[in-house]
Amino acid sequence: MSAIIQAQHLHKYYRDNHAVNNVSIELQQGEILGLLGPNGAGKSSCLQMLCGVLAPSEGEIIINGADLLSQPKQAKQAIGYLPDKPPLYPELNIEEYLNYAAKLRRIKKSQIRNLYQQAIQRCGLEGYNKRLIGNLSKGFQQRVGIAQAIIHQPSIIILDEPTVGLDPIQMIEIRKLILELGETHGIILSTHILPEVQALCSRVQIIHRGQSVFNKNMLELKQSNKIKLRLQNAPELSLIKTLPNVDTAEQITDNTFLLNGQKLLATLANISQQCVENNWGLLELSPVENNLEQVFINLTSGDETQDSEQAA
Amino acid sequence: MILNIALRELRSLFLSPLAWIILGIIQAIMAWKFLGLIDYFFSIQADLIKIKDAPGVTDLIVAPLFDFSKILLLITCPLITMRLLSEEKQSGSIKLLLSSPVSMTEIVLGKYLGALLFFMIVILIIGIMPLSLLSSTDLDMGKFAAGMLGQFLTIAAFIALGLYMSAVSSQPVNAAAGTFGLLILFMIINIAGNATTEGNNFFNYISITHHSIQMLRGIINTADIAYFVLFSLGFIILSIRQLDAQRMQN
Repeated sequence: MSAIIQAQHLHKYYRDNHAVNNVSIELQQGEILGLLGPNGAGKSSCLQMLCGVLAPSEGEIIINGADLLSQPKQAKQAIGYLPDKPPLYPELNIEEYLNYAAKLRRIKKSQIRNLYQQAIQRCGLEGYNKRLIGNLSKGFQQRVGIAQAIIHQPSIIILDEPTVGLDPIQMIEIRKLILELGETHGIILSTHILPEVQALCSRVQIIHRGQSVFNKNMLELKQSNKIKLRLQNAPELSLIKTLPNVDTAEQITDNTFLLNGQKLLATLANISQQCVENNWGLLELSPVENNLEQVFINLTSGDETQDSEQAA
Repeated sequence: MILNIALRELRSLFLSPLAWIILGIIQAIMAWKFLGLIDYFFSIQADLIKIKDAPGVTDLIVAPLFDFSKILLLITCPLITMRLLSEEKQSGSIKLLLSSPVSMTEIVLGKYLGALLFFMIVILIIGIMPLSLLSSTDLDMGKFAAGMLGQFLTIAAFIALGLYMSAVSSQPVNAAAGTFGLLILFMIINIAGNATTEGNNFFNYISITHHSIQMLRGIINTADIAYFVLFSLGFIILSIRQLDAQRMQN
């Protein structure tokens, strides 16, 4: 399957500031890509370049086979974009606003009614048609913002921090909506809320200081070469190290060990068998999943301390 | 697409009190001025009969009325045009336009047309007032039409300049201040032209007043029309380029 977004070697300069430095982003159909990064890392700039709000200083963006720079209309037709602040007109009501958004996306008049109904239904805005956008709560405004991004049923939805400022229940609702949309659309979402990424995304790309420092599938990310082993009659650490395929091992508590080895996961059965044969009293044998938070902090915090030192 | 953007602009204008306030105030002030001109006409009517080829009602009421309305258009135009682009930039709603399959030209022309439609309503209600004289006297409809055309071309030029200032600035107030300044400059720049005999052609040529005054006298000159069309077109093209440049630099 070919990618619906192929952005290669994007650069963005703001005067002297090299805000985005050689970032490439790809998105497949039915994938939810989480764009992570500390504040000011260049996430929003990347997203704005992908949907044509900003022109990249260098690089190429192909959307659904159309070049965003040479065939902007064709490319933008396939995109729904929710900026960090929803692009609303407070003086319009929801129906007027969404109809305008549909017209801007060159939807045929005959289809607008139908698509409008679908969009408000998906975003839980039924019954609010005539409410003025300016009078809506933040959560509802965010929903109108999402409705605006999906009304023309684009193949790509780009959401910039979609759950910022929402209360926990609204957050859960918006996440549910994003998961639902992810089944049929390709979604890129930027956030700095890590659990959100863990709950929603199938792939994670971390951007730090304008550079892409990490880009992995959620499953790959979780996979590690570590196993946690808990025994009732724990032997010496040196004996544990003799288990098959164990490269290194460390003792965490009296009877808990952390084993590390390249092929360890394939030999779990072997290890459990040995533990039983040696009569160590096997209590727990479980693969240790990598934690997104750890990965994120490892990749981004090293420089932060340098920064604060420099600033000091 | 241009029409969609224009109609949304017009709708938003009429949803805010600003449009109604402007329409109301213009109507009230113009009515007062109109009454004043009629009074003046009555007071000199007796003397006019003695003059051969005396100026008629159209020259003494319609032309001064339209001339006066330019001052009101000058004051209200920046209030309407300042919002066009800079408010959208300030609130971030411009991102909806920029991420939609719409070209910069369509955005700018849509905005321009939206403001132009509003001011067409304004000059229409100004125009209807002298037409009420038709019930009791004859008007020179040729001169009246020329005056209306002059009003239309003048406001079309004002809006183009205001739109450009709105494209340049990210604060509506700055756009309004810039538009005021430049419009007044373009209105009075021919004063310098009148003062000097040499080179007055240039200052006269770039002045809005110099070109609009002829139409009030009923003279429609291709050069005047060309001036207004070029003026408007020039600032529209500059607005498109400005918007494009901002996308490059943010």
